[in-house]
Amino acid sequence: MATLLDTVQRVRIGRRKPAAQATQKPALERTRQVTPLPITIAPDDPIIAYFVSTPGAVEVDKLHVNSPAVRELRAAGAKLIIPLVSQGELVGLLNLGPRLSQQDYSTDDRRLLDDLATQAAPALRVAQLVREQQAQARARERVDQELRVARLIQQTLLPRDLPALPGWELAAYYQPARAVGGDFYDFLYFEDGRLGIVIGDVTDKGVPAALVMATTRSILRSAAVGASSGRSLSPGAVLERTNDLLHPDIPPKMFVTCLYAILDPATGTLTYANAGHDLPFQRHGDSVCELRATGMPLGLMPGMRYEEKETALGPGDRILFYSDGLVEAHNPEREMFGFPHLAELIGSHGSETPLIDFLLQELAAFTGDGWEQEDDVTLVTLQRAEGYGHSMITNASATSTENPLDDQSWRVLDEWTVQSEPGNERQAIQRLADAVRDLPLADQRLEDLKTAVGEATMNAMEHGNHYQPDLPVAIQVRASQTRVSVRITDEGGHFVLPESQAPDLEAKLEGLQSPRGWGLFLIERLVDEMRVTGDETHHTLELSMSLEGGTNASQNV
Amino acid sequence: MPARMFEASVRHHRPRVAVVELHGEINAFAEEALNSAYAEAEREAPDTVLLNFADVDYINSTGIALIVGLLARARKSHRRLLACGLSQHYVEIFNITRLADFMNVFPDEASALTADTTPARD
Repeated sequence: MATLLDTVQRVRIGRRKPAAQATQKPALERTRQVTPLPITIAPDDPIIAYFVSTPGAVEVDKLHVNSPAVRELRAAGAKLIIPLVSQGELVGLLNLGPRLSQQDYSTDDRRLLDDLATQAAPALRVAQLVREQQAQARARERVDQELRVARLIQQTLLPRDLPALPGWELAAYYQPARAVGGDFYDFLYFEDGRLGIVIGDVTDKGVPAALVMATTRSILRSAAVGASSGRSLSPGAVLERTNDLLHPDIPPKMFVTCLYAILDPATGTLTYANAGHDLPFQRHGDSVCELRATGMPLGLMPGMRYEEKETALGPGDRILFYSDGLVEAHNPEREMFGFPHLAELIGSHGSETPLIDFLLQELAAFTGDGWEQEDDVTLVTLQRAEGYGHSMITNASATSTENPLDDQSWRVLDEWTVQSEPGNERQAIQRLADAVRDLPLADQRLEDLKTAVGEATMNAMEHGNHYQPDLPVAIQVRASQTRVSVRITDEGGHFVLPESQAPDLEAKLEGLQSPRGWGLFLIERLVDEMRVTGDETHHTLELSMSLEGGTNASQNV
Repeated sequence: MPARMFEASVRHHRPRVAVVELHGEINAFAEEALNSAYAEAEREAPDTVLLNFADVDYINSTGIALIVGLLARARKSHRRLLACGLSQHYVEIFNITRLADFMNVFPDEASALTADTTPARD
């Protein structure tokens, strides 16, 4: 009602010309319309109820209603008000000022005006409805246009092609909701052969979200590559930079959740950091675990730090990156799809159907027919192809063409297991020291072996067994006449070629790389030889060193 | 080789030098205490912070990462970070990791403090 009455216009009657026919001609013939002035009648103004119940022209001076609108009309000089009522609804007022003759309106005048109001009210109502519909159509067109722009921005910026990595399978799926959220994913290719994987979600929808998505994508791409080297920077450092650059420009109350991971295809190592995004799931064998790393969403506060974690993918291992459109989908009973259900599905997924197809089938079955998608659904899967391999890394000075580990004269000194819990590498170190106590091993060499075995045990507990306490790390210590060997076996079930590049301390000190990443580097330099083997269920690191003063690390550096 | 909980204490040895005494094992569990001790050492804005490892039994790769973090903080605030009391093995580890290229390593606290005569700050 208030909206309709906003359009009511006041009409002022001009002075009557000095002519005798004034009494015969209706007053309106001698009026002139001046600049119309809109008035607003509040929805609770009692004059509305009065006019609806009392049709017909009313003299303002005889109105005894406590109405702000009437006071305003009276102040403006209105003398006669004719309500325009259509289907029991007040749609307008016809307001007249004093007659030019200064005489009261005649009965004829009032009858004529009442007739006019009866005709005008439905016409006015129709005109108002037409104008409303036109306004709604324009608003709908604006929204549709916004959605088209938002979709265009997103579709333009999403990768057109999937990475082609030998031994790896990547797949992606993106289905925007009608309102188009701010989901995005991206692949970054680095000169060192590594692959960056990004998945993110901007709060809000439509064009604003699409623009923030585009900005975030650009900043992250720029931050991900070292300014001069073209090499990949660590995920935590990249998110930190992205956050600091994004924060000053992001609109209030908007932020971006984002997970950034770097895959080394050669080793199967995936390093990742997370700015508040849904945790990816890793399937290894029959077990499924979340890849957890803490960090605030991008754009909320400057100076944030992002925890960095690492995992290893063996043959057949797969990781699902996803957005909340999947886990927050509802079924007709308003139950949510949820994280536990997703984890169960990943665990039960067989090899006959690609994981994304399988999940979409399950989502469709869950939501039922006629589901109106609530949010964007984005899925990215990374899978290492089935296979098997082994590698051997030998320090430069151990030049024998024969593999000394194949010596048949080995005797086992000790073998045991440790549970995969942080700190348990110390148990391994202690027992190793006891096992080799009688071997001719110089103190410094013993310390080197202890540290190498400690680091290898940590790697096995963390990367092979994902610190699942029920998964043991098996350790076997052997000795021959000339060498000592330690095998550290986890349940990783695959071969992972170790990192061979030296950590870049300058980059770490500048915050361009994670301060971590020393374990394998130290192992390689502390023992004479490191050998990696594996099968379907186990992954073994075998470390050996000479008992006769063979090359040690301090001679290598 | 029983596990010892990590502890650290701070002494402000003389104007503009703070000594952080480290005890026990430097691994992931040491992170909070180590960073707190370093923050305490920085409180009086010293030119030099000396990490005394004489009572440290064990440093693993995570511990190395924590020390790298301290070194990064020290460099950012133009402080000199020194190390002393490392066993021969961990001196070797500092050499392998090149930490020794960025923080001078001394046999003991006395020799470190004697050598630290030139302020590092601008």
